[in-house]
Amino acid sequence: MTLEEAPLSLANAPFKRLNMIEAINDALDIMMERDPNVVIFGEDVGYFGGVFRATAGLQKKHGKSRVFDTPINECGIIGAAVGMGAYGLRPVPEIQFADYIYPGLDQLVSEAARLRYRSAGEFIAPITVRSPFGGGIFGGQTHSQSPEALFTHVAGIKTVIPSTPHDAKGLLIAAIEDNDPVIFFEPKRIYNGPFSGYYDKPVEPWAKHADSEVPEGYYSIPLGKARVVREGEAMTVLAYGTMIHVTEAVCREKGVDAEIIDLRTLVPIDIETVQKSVEKTGKCLIVHEATRTCGFGAELSALVQERCFYHLEAPIERVTGFDTPYPHSLEWAYFPGPVRIGEAVDRLLKA
Amino acid sequence: MAERPVRNEQARGNLPPLSLHVPEPPFRPGDPVDYSYLTIPPAGAQPRPDEACPASETWPLCQDLIRVLDDDHRAIGPWDPKLDAETLRRMLRTMALTRAFDDRMYRGQRQGKTSFYMKCTGEEATSVASAFALADDDMVFPSYRQQGILIARGYPLTEMINQIYSNRADKLKGRQLPIMYSSREHSFFTISGNLATQYPQAAGWAMASAIKGDTRIAASWIGEGSSAEGDTHAALTFATVFNAPVVFNVVNNQWAISSFSGFAGGERATFAAKAVGYGVAGLRVDGNDALAVYAAMRWAANRARSNMGPTLIEHFTYRAEGHSTSDDPSQYRSAQERAEWPLGDPITRLARHLIALGEWTEDAQEAMDRELVDQVKAATKEAEKNGVLGHGLHHPFHTMFEDVFEELPWHLQEQAEQAIRERRIKWPTWKEYE
Repeated sequence: MTLEEAPLSLANAPFKRLNMIEAINDALDIMMERDPNVVIFGEDVGYFGGVFRATAGLQKKHGKSRVFDTPINECGIIGAAVGMGAYGLRPVPEIQFADYIYPGLDQLVSEAARLRYRSAGEFIAPITVRSPFGGGIFGGQTHSQSPEALFTHVAGIKTVIPSTPHDAKGLLIAAIEDNDPVIFFEPKRIYNGPFSGYYDKPVEPWAKHADSEVPEGYYSIPLGKARVVREGEAMTVLAYGTMIHVTEAVCREKGVDAEIIDLRTLVPIDIETVQKSVEKTGKCLIVHEATRTCGFGAELSALVQERCFYHLEAPIERVTGFDTPYPHSLEWAYFPGPVRIGEAVDRLLKA
Repeated sequence: MAERPVRNEQARGNLPPLSLHVPEPPFRPGDPVDYSYLTIPPAGAQPRPDEACPASETWPLCQDLIRVLDDDHRAIGPWDPKLDAETLRRMLRTMALTRAFDDRMYRGQRQGKTSFYMKCTGEEATSVASAFALADDDMVFPSYRQQGILIARGYPLTEMINQIYSNRADKLKGRQLPIMYSSREHSFFTISGNLATQYPQAAGWAMASAIKGDTRIAASWIGEGSSAEGDTHAALTFATVFNAPVVFNVVNNQWAISSFSGFAGGERATFAAKAVGYGVAGLRVDGNDALAVYAAMRWAANRARSNMGPTLIEHFTYRAEGHSTSDDPSQYRSAQERAEWPLGDPITRLARHLIALGEWTEDAQEAMDRELVDQVKAATKEAEKNGVLGHGLHHPFHTMFEDVFEELPWHLQEQAEQAIRERRIKWPTWKEYE
């Protein structure tokens, strides 16, 4: 567990073993207690506690006017959040699946992202839009998408993606406290356990993973700060979310001494950590589940090329989902799993 | 956070503090259920305006409930479509087949044969009776709970199951989540998982039919929950502006996953009443009364076909089962709701009507149910020959890259080669079936 950014005392703080859903629920609960301006709403998040149970128990504890269900209207959910933010609240709306966020895009792209700019700071949108994203659950094309690049492309929106329960809690608290709009994408494939990329192996629960040790109480992990999952010399791996665990497993199996960096925040990106690592290793592998063309990997590749060109010993490798809608039955053919990643690792090692 | 002006607590004198209203359904798990608050008008009492009437003449019906079958199982009043017994038996059989199919597919999902399923139990009339009232080539833009339309239009059950199993005979090549059917041949638009997107599309199809001087109309279905989506507003606005020959159905089954109809505005107005604001015809119908559903759809279809424009129909019904196989309704609603639902069950009601007419018997009903179970079982066996979802390797990997565009661009060709290379490594013994 990397805690260099947290207060020193935190390393010794009592912890609980939580899965990612429980960690998110804990973060929401803590923020509702700390800040009376935090409100949570979305489809099925109130009484029922969310289709993934992320808001379970919160309505009962904090009341219906702070945790409530909404009409099925994502434009309304995000638009209302913008209005509440203008009043002075700190809304944390949930969009049930990232695949369903698109009706709310105008409110995010044209409104939330630009309030501060167009009003010269008079109005802000301190909202955190939580949404489960990514595939691996046989959800077909409408429950599997990874649309993070649509948001990283928008000036004025921060995009955050956790990969462990520990990070999910600290990052969500930081996102809620942030005064700018944050898209907080939760990789649903790893809600209940880390995922090595082998769909036919039994699901491993979070309890066996070191990063399921979640400190009790309040702590935050600053946005814009990456985590070095594993230090190494052979190559730098840039990834986030589910793919952290898949690349970790591949490198372990292959015995590759890779430096794996969990970006955690895509915008603003921790360029310093990325640059330092690539300059050290001279090789860079970028992994994401989202489609390839104009994916966030393209931005990462451009950044590394611009800043580390004279340190590079091999072409930058990108491993991604294919440029197709997420298929249902061929899900595991689509998913950028160990074979695809392994081939790229081999190419980099040979270079 | 940006500083906002400090509010002077005294500034508004002794005005009461505002409070937020958050709707609460009448019953939660464990609650006894009493539906006496629902206004259920008697069957046969609702006037039936001329199909070519001004839209405003229908608006009182948006607050009413069109009902044909009375408590003695007779068909009465001006909305009685006066269908012959043979048609009624076919309608009954189609609804019962839909239910038998749902039961079998639900079990199949529980047995691990596929990833997901959605039943329409209790709502069979809203799709089956509607389909009977439309011409078979009228274009339907369904939501995910209108399997009854596909069955009514004679789509082979085995094809439906092939799709549900994502097997090698699945005409959609295993791409879509189970039940997201598509059949151009049956004038059944490809189902989207996104909500209400099909509503403005139905308006557009209807406008196209008008542009071309065609005689076909369009019809679309959404739930009361997704009537909250902006697409609903877009659809009704376009339909009224262009007087499009389209029938919009809102299946008000009371629940959108865990959210009751109050979260879509149902506490304040009926869903049919939206018609008033857009200036279109509106009907509110007992969705568990197959004859009333048929009559309302027939009225709206005739109206659209005679160039008199769109109609919005609210089907007042009840979602007897969970939202999907991923849902557990016992967590958020009273289990008694289903048993107490005051409008009964659509299949039982139609069967009793036929029995009252002397055109059906309970023995015949039981025999039919057994026959339908066998029919579904046979179709399932046939489909299982083509495989079940399993590891999902029924389709040649190249199919994943087809139909993204009409022609495969270079980058998808490269990615297809990558996928096929990975397949040889990951699944070396796998053979393409063709």
